[in-house]
Amino acid sequence: MSAPRGFPSGKTAIVGAATFGIGKCPGISPVDMAARASLLALADAGIALSEVDAIYTSAPYEALGGLELAEYLGLTPKVTDCNRTGGSAFEVYVQQAALALEAGLIDCALIAYGANPASNPPPTVGMTRQSSWEAPYRPLAPLSSYALAASHHMHVYGTTREQLAEVAVAARRWAQLNPEAAVRDPLTIADVLGARMVSDPLTVRDCCLYNDGAAAVVMVRADRARDCPRRPVKVLGGAHAVTHREISSMPDLGVTGAAISGPAAFAQAGIGPGDIDVVMVYDAFTITPILFLEDLGFCPKGEGGRFVAGGAIAPGGRLAVNTNGGGLSCVHPGMYGLFLLVEAVRQLRGEAGERQVQGAELALAHGNGGVLSSEATVVLARG
Amino acid sequence: MLQPEAEWRAHLAEGRFMLQRSRSTGGYVFYPRVAEPLTGAEDLEWVEASGRGTVAAVTVVRKKDPADSYNVVLVDLAEGPRMMSRVDDIGVDEVKIGMAVSARIIAERDQPLLVFVPA
Repeated sequence: MSAPRGFPSGKTAIVGAATFGIGKCPGISPVDMAARASLLALADAGIALSEVDAIYTSAPYEALGGLELAEYLGLTPKVTDCNRTGGSAFEVYVQQAALALEAGLIDCALIAYGANPASNPPPTVGMTRQSSWEAPYRPLAPLSSYALAASHHMHVYGTTREQLAEVAVAARRWAQLNPEAAVRDPLTIADVLGARMVSDPLTVRDCCLYNDGAAAVVMVRADRARDCPRRPVKVLGGAHAVTHREISSMPDLGVTGAAISGPAAFAQAGIGPGDIDVVMVYDAFTITPILFLEDLGFCPKGEGGRFVAGGAIAPGGRLAVNTNGGGLSCVHPGMYGLFLLVEAVRQLRGEAGERQVQGAELALAHGNGGVLSSEATVVLARG
Repeated sequence: MLQPEAEWRAHLAEGRFMLQRSRSTGGYVFYPRVAEPLTGAEDLEWVEASGRGTVAAVTVVRKKDPADSYNVVLVDLAEGPRMMSRVDDIGVDEVKIGMAVSARIIAERDQPLLVFVPA
């Protein structure tokens, strides 16, 4: 056995995974959705609800969401978390659950999330406030922050709007292979370029969906995982980095915290980017996969735009990226990170149907929160 | 007791764009805080900013009526810190990264606001 490298690599596994209500899910509440997804994931794992002794959730509009979901499910968890690292929360939860499982603090972790902003308009008073140092300049939150990072990337590295559009088109082509994806009609580079400009250089087609969806995964120690009905997916690495809250405080507009979390997670796993078969990176906007592919080491810094060109991350391309259709074309209810993990699990189990990456053995899920503020990377392996 | 944001806004209302600077490290701080980031130095004093800066990033928020569209920029101040702002006195599509700009205090919605104009 190799040294632990600060993380219990391979000692825990995801044994259940599910989505629920992707697209439109009217008539119920976010916690109803999270509970539905939780029960589906537990059924998938062959584990009873009563065995769950840790809850990790990030409710969309309820600061005390961990308490809410524990109550709803009738559980008395030993560990309850409702962290506020935005869309990266769920990759952070995998890291934290792995540590708590390995320590023997808990035996069965449930990570769950649900939100339906497309069916139920979110409360007008959210849980985040706009910075008083930015609000007077009226940036669109969070879109303009990503647009500023994109403008910087285009200026410094020569990235083009066509290359940004490639990310949206690749996501759509994967979505067309995924019956669960919410938006599957054809999309071309010209469509993206010709779409309504919202905050230069990003058009409405450079932006993720804002629809309904829920997801859940179940984690146990690797020894227990062998008794579960599905092929386990081992957690090889999990690392996190926070660099700022607001875009004006990002240390380097061209380099995200993924340049910290990625190498750390790979070191824990004892592998590198070249070993990964399926790459799931948070695509809130078309610039984000470009930044993350660079920072995670799939291509050199500044080459992300050229790397994705020519359909290179679309079906049949050189690297399988965001095979569910991503936040751009499958689902994005506000915090997308858990859906990255579910798709990685499905690919590693060989359950991805028409979009299956043949022989997928290693996958990466990279979550992003805030405005390129919180970056969390998880490395997974077919068990 | 230092009141970082209130004091900064009071200076702005009197027509001064101030930054904090640590006496011990010499580092400039913006936005105003009780201590310098990373060093934790609490020996911060107010110093007048040069007002010189460079556009580091730009976006234009597009409105239905193009006349209502406006730019949002990140400006690297000559002293080091970066801030969000807007560049006035220039066409909405004319703001470029690398452009030299200088600070100006204007009134907007009855509040003093720090913007920049081409240098």
